[in-house]
Amino acid sequence: MAPARLSLAELLLWIAAAIGVAVLPMVLSIFQVVQITVFLIFCLLAVSLDLSWGLAGLLSFGQAAFFGIGGYSYAIIGINGTMTSAATLAATAAGAAAATMIGYIAFYGRLSAIFLAVMTLTITLILLQVMGSTADPSYRVGSAVIGGYNGMTNIPSLVLDPRGFFWIVGGLVLGVVVTGRLLMMAPFGRVIAAIRENEQRVELLGYDARWRKLLTFSLSGAVAGLAGALFASWGNFINPEVFSLAQSAQVVIWVLVGGRGWLYGAVIGALLVQALTQYLGSIGTAYTSLALGGLLVAFVLLLRNGLLPALSRGMLSLGSR
Amino acid sequence: MTQNSPFSRSEVSGAQGSPALLQTTGLSKAFGGVHAVTEVNFRLRRGELRCLIGPNGAGKSTFFKMLSGQLRPTAGTIIFDGHDITGEPQHRIARLGIGIKNQVPSVWDGLSVYEHFWIAAHRRVGARAAHAVADGLLGEFGLEAIARREVGVLAHGERQWVEIGMVVAQRPKLILLDEPTAGMAGDEVKRTADLLRAVNVNASLVVVEHDMQFIKMIGSIVTVLHQGRILIEDAMENVLNSRIVREVYLGSGYARG
Repeated sequence: MAPARLSLAELLLWIAAAIGVAVLPMVLSIFQVVQITVFLIFCLLAVSLDLSWGLAGLLSFGQAAFFGIGGYSYAIIGINGTMTSAATLAATAAGAAAATMIGYIAFYGRLSAIFLAVMTLTITLILLQVMGSTADPSYRVGSAVIGGYNGMTNIPSLVLDPRGFFWIVGGLVLGVVVTGRLLMMAPFGRVIAAIRENEQRVELLGYDARWRKLLTFSLSGAVAGLAGALFASWGNFINPEVFSLAQSAQVVIWVLVGGRGWLYGAVIGALLVQALTQYLGSIGTAYTSLALGGLLVAFVLLLRNGLLPALSRGMLSLGSR
Repeated sequence: MTQNSPFSRSEVSGAQGSPALLQTTGLSKAFGGVHAVTEVNFRLRRGELRCLIGPNGAGKSTFFKMLSGQLRPTAGTIIFDGHDITGEPQHRIARLGIGIKNQVPSVWDGLSVYEHFWIAAHRRVGARAAHAVADGLLGEFGLEAIARREVGVLAHGERQWVEIGMVVAQRPKLILLDEPTAGMAGDEVKRTADLLRAVNVNASLVVVEHDMQFIKMIGSIVTVLHQGRILIEDAMENVLNSRIVREVYLGSGYARG
């Protein structure tokens, strides 16, 4: 598991990442900046899942749902002429609210972990159907037409300058990861880690596990909602595909490949898998899904804990030699 | 509901007058048609160290799980330290001062020994004082050398100590230990007996054990459970000499011969 104390190396990593975020847009072309921005938005989504799955052991297929809810909230509020920064905050709150409702039922109803996974997946697919059946122009909120499978267009950007947007997104990814890591090291995070390992033992020590799990899950929903808002702002477009099975599963794959419980693993996994997808698409192969499926099978069979834990264990065993 | 009085039952262990820390009245648990525990009236004095024995399936673990809130009783009441805790959620019972080590070791495999003690103490004393409690327990249990090791890689006996240490770190008024010496070597068993005697200074204890040597070592009153009911409650030597206990453990043919 990830270290429970802040090391100098980790602090240096944060500083290096901050410098990287600051400098990259100056040296890259606008096209590259825009491309990396959407990768970073996916990183944020991956980190949101790792907050619940990696830290508290709560596997949710609903990150896509919270992401989509955030995206649609941003779109509807943004198109109706509210300030885009307020729309982003509202989208974050919407993601948190959705997660809180689902989490309340699951945790206070003492439902099993598998129920949470199934319920979140079901809700995501219901949202796909519901949002897909709003093609009639009468489905509108103020001046925002929902548009069914055609989606919503003309969503205003959070900021117009692509470089400015990159800095915002990069800063948010870094901010969420740093906050998440500090939370993991705080007493709250240690108790959450203990809940992940054995919830009963934690309760028998007098801790109420339910609200701790709910808070963690809500936080995860908030970050996913924020990522959804940034996504809608990035392409000025959103459609019900964000609620699809492929999207739901993809988030889990990112975290699985990178390694859960570290937050950095989620970032690496999202970047790696997205870069690979893009590369396979660009060389014109029709086997992108096949290659990604093979990658997933390989990781589940050979590197069950994902890339980052495997690397760190390798480093440790080299060091002790 | 007239059964709630802590003095409604005749004394077995000769403790008339001293207030009970724990009193169960008619406590029963049935799983479908299986009666795991039947109308158990159990009374424990403040400061007492009690052993609970009985053959497999006697209902010892079920009894413990009802006391700690892991199972909801089918009938009966549990009064602990003046509170009716029957059917309360487990975290609330823990807060009132009952700590338990279950039969199956229940620890956090991915966390270090130190963190186990620290988290166990943190709720009660806060972050800074919890470090002192954890350091103290590491010394008491002789686990300093493996303090930073993940508990998942430890030997069975060490894991038992980690869990016992966690329960102690809570500073409960009552500690329930379900087979604390299972998987321990002879010298470890002796060490555990010494540790429990030290712990008994501040807390009452109920210990489920199979190891007769261990029970003799801690030298306490013994309650024998059989088929979900209390069979006998007496000092160890009297229990060992009891014909009925021999019948239960060794079969009626042996006892007659």
